[in-house]
Amino acid sequence: MSGVFANARLRAALLILPLALFLGVFFIWPLWTMVAVSVHNDAIGGALPQTSVAIGQWDGEGMPEAAVRDALVADLRDTPRSVLGGAVRVLNSQVSGFRTLMSRTAEAAQDAAPGDRLDLLSVDERWGEPRFWRAIQLSVAPYTDRNLLAALDLERNADGDVVAAPEATSANRLIIWRTFAIAGTITALCALIGLPYAMLAAALSGWKRNLMLLAVLLPLWTSLLVRTAAWFILLQNEGLINGALMWLGLTDGPLPLIFNRLGVVIAMTHVLLPFMVLPIYSVVAAIPKNLMPAAASMGATPFAAFRRILLPLSLPGLLAGSLLVFMVAIGYYITPALIGGPNDQMISSIIAFYALQTANWGMAGALGLILLAITTVLYLVYSRLSRASAPTGL
Amino acid sequence: MLRILQAGFATLMMAFLILPIVAILPLAFTDSVFLNYPIESYSLRWIQELGQSAQWSASIVNSLIIGSGATVLSVVLGTLAALALRGSAIPFPDVVRTIFLLPMVVPAVVLGVGLQISLARMGLSSTYLGVIVAHTVLCVPFVIVSVSTALQGIDRTTERAAASLGAPPATVFRRVTLPLAMPGVVTGAVFAFATSLDEVVLTLFVAGPNQRTLARQMFSSIRENISPAVAAAALLLILGTLLLAGLAAFLRRRPAGAPA
Repeated sequence: MSGVFANARLRAALLILPLALFLGVFFIWPLWTMVAVSVHNDAIGGALPQTSVAIGQWDGEGMPEAAVRDALVADLRDTPRSVLGGAVRVLNSQVSGFRTLMSRTAEAAQDAAPGDRLDLLSVDERWGEPRFWRAIQLSVAPYTDRNLLAALDLERNADGDVVAAPEATSANRLIIWRTFAIAGTITALCALIGLPYAMLAAALSGWKRNLMLLAVLLPLWTSLLVRTAAWFILLQNEGLINGALMWLGLTDGPLPLIFNRLGVVIAMTHVLLPFMVLPIYSVVAAIPKNLMPAAASMGATPFAAFRRILLPLSLPGLLAGSLLVFMVAIGYYITPALIGGPNDQMISSIIAFYALQTANWGMAGALGLILLAITTVLYLVYSRLSRASAPTGL
Repeated sequence: MLRILQAGFATLMMAFLILPIVAILPLAFTDSVFLNYPIESYSLRWIQELGQSAQWSASIVNSLIIGSGATVLSVVLGTLAALALRGSAIPFPDVVRTIFLLPMVVPAVVLGVGLQISLARMGLSSTYLGVIVAHTVLCVPFVIVSVSTALQGIDRTTERAAASLGAPPATVFRRVTLPLAMPGVVTGAVFAFATSLDEVVLTLFVAGPNQRTLARQMFSSIRENISPAVAAAALLLILGTLLLAGLAAFLRRRPAGAPA
């Protein structure tokens, strides 16, 4: 018998292996790469290779040995300006003044006759201050939390303590809060519409119930881009909604419905409403039909029966739907990118901006890691609550 | 009174859900260059534009190539895995299943950044293969869910009966299990194709100009210079989805066990 079981195990393992390998290479590894890129630090190590090695020996007290200074001069002579630029930018963000210091020193190093020993203090007396050397030492480590801190508008000061970044250098925290605010608004709206809608559908029967469910499923099956394009066309100044409002005489000119928060919230509520209705519906439809008449027979008013029986019993569905909508909403990119204005861009938009426009993968990875962590926690809570195998209610 | 309120709310919400999608379809037939109502005169110029403009027609072809590739790949990988997840031969099947379904949950932008970097290291950025594998990651969960559902509906005594009559495992699979699971496989394939057709974010990250898909073309067209071609493309996508849904429904209605 054990031979048969071993055989079945082997066969199952062989069947699962292709997908496990595929997802390992094209799903897990990319996510890992993104995390690694966000903490990887090569701007300094790549530009100042000899200094990186030499400064590792320095204990950080007093002044570094002559070997370290010679290594820096050699690096500044050998490294092309374009490569040096990135390193200088990083160093300057830690200790201001590094930019002038480095460019002056690099010029002197390149002008010096080969074999001559350059005295750094005579080039610039700032090399006598240990804080400049300490900044270099802190920056040559192969791993850094700089991007992760920057993603939360934090940075390390010259002493290595975590402090708030100067205002106006970055608005990541603002965008993260905005993402939560937009996702929260949409979740609340979806709950407000979805709960009564799902309860109504569950209370009905026959074609009326089917019609209400079809109205939810149809948008779900429709391409997301079609839905976003539809809202783009409806909400524009010359669009159907403004046209109808003006025709009815409700407004004189077109209302600003697009490229602002209102448009994003309307369109995303439409896109995500099915994710709220379906979980609630599946919970409410499973509630025994005779509970409400039973409550009524005991003397409960319809409202009391609703508040004491139907509402508490449907709460798990409402909670699952809310988690799902919120989770999907915080990761959204397309709808805010097309319908929103510059002040409605969510965290996905800045990730895409860093990755696609400025090729700053360190920052894209750090922000991606934050988004991934929040989504994972929400998903774990959601799957605990709903024990559903598929998050889309498929 | 309550009845009227309920009916009014339900009607209003159904209109909110469906009207936006319906409202843009007539614009595919406008003769104007603007996406406005009222439509003064009708023509097929924007439908023709899809076929004649190099950008639109290339994007349709690309979507078909990439969608077919992602469908085949995800159906093969997902069906094999769903077969393995049935029964108790895999330790911690729930954990394994959850991991396989994770691509549905991870925000597309996050996966996009990771794939952009790692596909570039593999030399696959801006290639058809790169876009196909990226789409496959998203399509696989749909195949696993639908094939698993179909497999759950199979009475295992039919397979045992076949085995007791002397059929080797491969024959049982080919002659009994696979035909019975076929509706699930087809549904999974339809979902996979539809998912690939609609995918934009990963395509933005990993595709080059030569792999521009229909969805990607719609995205940049809405962003840059929106024209009724977008409405025509939307109509095309909706018709395509309806066709696929109809195909899936037709195949699902077939009596179980009919030769596939």
